[in-house]
Amino acid sequence: MASRPRSSATPRDDGTSAAADPLRPSDHIDGTPDDAGAGVTQPRLKLVGYLRFFWRQLTSMRTALILLLLLALGAVPGSLVPQRSSDPNGVVAYQANNPDTFKILDSLGLFSAFTSPWFSAIYLLLFISLVGCIIPRLKHHLDALRAQPPKTPARLERLVGFTSVTTTTDAATAVAEARSLLRRQGYRVASYDGSVSAERGYLRETGNLIFHIALVGMLLTVGVFGSYGYTGQRILVQGEAFTNVISDYDSFEPGRFSTESSLQPFQLRLDSFQPTYQFQNGGWAPEDFAAHLSTRVPGGSWTEQTLKVNSPVEIGGTQVYLLGNGFAPVVTVKDPNGTVVYAGPVAFLSQDGNLTSSGVIKVPDGLAKQVAFQGFFCPTPVTTPTGCVSISPYLSKDAKALPVLQLSVFTGDLGLDKGVAVNAYALNEDKLTKIAGFRTDVPGLDLHVGDSAELPNGLGSIEFTGIDRFVSVDIHHDPTPAYALLFAMLILGGLLLSLFVPRRRVWIKAIPGRGKQPTRIEYAGLARGEDPTLARAVAELAQRHQQHLDGVRDSPPGEPPVGRT
Amino acid sequence: MTTATLAAYSVVAVYSAMTVYVLAFVAFALDLSKRSAIAQSALASAKAPASLSLATTASSRAEKAGSTAVIDKPAPPAQPTASPTAGRASRFQRTAYALVIVGWTVHLTALILRGLAAGRVPWADLYEFVMTGTAIMIGVFIFIQLWRDVKFLGAYITAIVVLLLGLASVNFYVPVGPLNPALQSAWLVIHVFVATLGTGFFAVGGGLSIAQLLQTRREMGGLARVPFLATFPASEVLENIAYRVIVVGFAFWTFTLMAGAIWAERAWGRYWGWDTKEVWTFIIWVTFAGYIHARATRGWRGSRSAWLAIIGFAAVMFNFTVVNLFFKGLHAYTGL
Ligand code: HEM
Repeated sequence: MASRPRSSATPRDDGTSAAADPLRPSDHIDGTPDDAGAGVTQPRLKLVGYLRFFWRQLTSMRTALILLLLLALGAVPGSLVPQRSSDPNGVVAYQANNPDTFKILDSLGLFSAFTSPWFSAIYLLLFISLVGCIIPRLKHHLDALRAQPPKTPARLERLVGFTSVTTTTDAATAVAEARSLLRRQGYRVASYDGSVSAERGYLRETGNLIFHIALVGMLLTVGVFGSYGYTGQRILVQGEAFTNVISDYDSFEPGRFSTESSLQPFQLRLDSFQPTYQFQNGGWAPEDFAAHLSTRVPGGSWTEQTLKVNSPVEIGGTQVYLLGNGFAPVVTVKDPNGTVVYAGPVAFLSQDGNLTSSGVIKVPDGLAKQVAFQGFFCPTPVTTPTGCVSISPYLSKDAKALPVLQLSVFTGDLGLDKGVAVNAYALNEDKLTKIAGFRTDVPGLDLHVGDSAELPNGLGSIEFTGIDRFVSVDIHHDPTPAYALLFAMLILGGLLLSLFVPRRRVWIKAIPGRGKQPTRIEYAGLARGEDPTLARAVAELAQRHQQHLDGVRDSPPGEPPVGRT
Repeated sequence: MTTATLAAYSVVAVYSAMTVYVLAFVAFALDLSKRSAIAQSALASAKAPASLSLATTASSRAEKAGSTAVIDKPAPPAQPTASPTAGRASRFQRTAYALVIVGWTVHLTALILRGLAAGRVPWADLYEFVMTGTAIMIGVFIFIQLWRDVKFLGAYITAIVVLLLGLASVNFYVPVGPLNPALQSAWLVIHVFVATLGTGFFAVGGGLSIAQLLQTRREMGGLARVPFLATFPASEVLENIAYRVIVVGFAFWTFTLMAGAIWAERAWGRYWGWDTKEVWTFIIWVTFAGYIHARATRGWRGSRSAWLAIIGFAAVMFNFTVVNLFFKGLHAYTGL
């Protein structure tokens, strides 16, 4: 198969022709400097000229490098200030503590750094550059995969691992032997006049292309496809059931393309919650959280499932994750006549590892005025001047320190009538008056389970009837993970190929001796990209080849030596 | 043995390992000063050291008919060093290297004891993480010697390891505790372990890049006051070794990023959320991708790419210490 190289590939005499090489931007280290890419000559002052010039700049190695470094740099601020996406409470706290710097930083988009215009600009430019870089390389590589290794250089002396031997074997046999040896070693070979030219390691460029294309795939998966997902949070008290519709969430963030109909129908109920803690280093550390749920899809029956921190429950393509947990004191509020106007558990959010919890109870209707309670719940309390602090996450059984609910009482406008969404776990005190508790004349309420207390001004009464558990869950529909995983694997696989497969050329040339002179055989190689083991590989190849030749010569004529094809 | 005794023995082993590493550091430093002396005396003898025989062809003619004779063969791949004395290890270096191996054995023992005491892998809080990470740095340093002799980096590596271990033992120490529920995952084992592996390679690569920068300065006529550099490989050789080492680290780091994402998906319901720790893992990954690109960009090979490698390693160290300690995030597993 002594075909000639394709006419478009006119190899230079030294065999280092770029034609069969992977295509590289002109400022690549292996590239030949060219004028336009290096910006040495002025582009023609025409629009097309400008555009072409701009495009070449954008798809150059230097631009890619600068953009990569900018991307790294641009990610730093997002780690220094809290982000709305990952730490919304941190942002609120930052705003409260540093209102002035907050304004400046916020106008720069630093609190949503990773969706800010400047960060988006960096990665979009980078990916445009990437696509512009990949397409010509892909085309070129597909051609190269079908091309022949280039012509053997006239002089091999200056190439890597040059070795020269003499042998009594005739040149034709030596070349044929070289050819089959190289093929067996995975080289693509082409025979030229008295020599074999061989190349291997196309997988290096294939891997590089897979790597870069998969990066684009990853961006599209996350950026575009990810917009079909949604997330929402919900607090579920023991016994409570949740139905997967937007209105049943405490908070809901739709993706850009998701709608109510993207929500898979199912129901979820918290049956019980069991935390275990271990006492160590003078404090309690969580060991295991297990939420026992029942789930149901339309037409099905309730099935029991256990939800843990690391093992989400999956229902109909939607994941339910355990985020947090805490206590929900159960209270009953009555009007002065004894009519129940409010009854039920209220989730108190934990403030520390020992579940000192704080919460709000809002009673908008049924009493003479709108009433709210705000305060703390401590499962194992010690009392401090500003309220209870818990010293254990377990409910105390010690009669001297029973779980306590400490409440201040407010009256006024709860702001619930305007139809505006209001945070159920916080109280806007602007239009409220504190009528009992810290800094008022009336002491706050201090309730143990079973206690009840009269409200000031004859408003009514409140009874602390029991303690439930609650969990907060993150309900999550994301169509991307499977694709993200696929691209991640392509990225990793492509990377390994392109970093560790050597791409190299080797030549074996046989020069017939004049008259009775022995044949001279030359070996040499050329690295295409990083290839630290090339010299050794050429030496081994030469040795192998000579062994084969010795084998050929020593076997009786007509009987092919072992291994010869 | 009880958990407490096992953990106590582990602490003893850590301090012993640190002591041995300090001794190794001293011996490596003595080796460097010995190298300086040699380099200076070579300089003083005024005869420019005959450069290593870089002529690549050693000819031998054997015209025995009927056999294959080698007439031209490359010299064994020579590592061009600036001085012919570089080949032989000094007694100091041999001692230092032996100490490193002893220290490492003790260090591994400390790790195993800590793991036994906790009944799980010993990299779940910051103290353990540093302990494992430094053990891996030394391990990478030792195993790289099988491929290339980079013992001249010994002083650098032992210094970093002693500093980190000392910092961790004094400031981050926590008694053995259970795994935080968010960390109970096979992916933790993989993710954190591979991250520390990558860190080990980046540490060695960073050292090589520093050596490369210094060597470049010397080759351009500077740094006469650091004569031992004359016994180091040439800057280009250093650069090539650094590249090979960092690229391996980069592959591990890529895997770290992915295993981390899988773990995050399991634990928090999203595989990527720009949590502080994730951001830094990303920054490091992109920086080293930049380094690899720089090596392939005209005008950026050499010192500029070496700087990127050093910046990348600095970011790794930052992530290892400051981010773990002071930055708030979901990965708050320092145990402090
Ligand atoms: C999203 C941004 C990018 C990342 C994270 C990235 C990452 C990498 C990595 C890790 C390598 C080494 C492994 C391999 O060869 O596959 C590499 C190589 C390469 N990249 Fe990129 N790259 C990016 C964008 C680009 C762009 C925009 C270009 C075109 C200008 C480009 C051109 C190249 C080339 C030519 C190589 C081969 C270098 C060599 O010859 O050794 N890359 N890239």
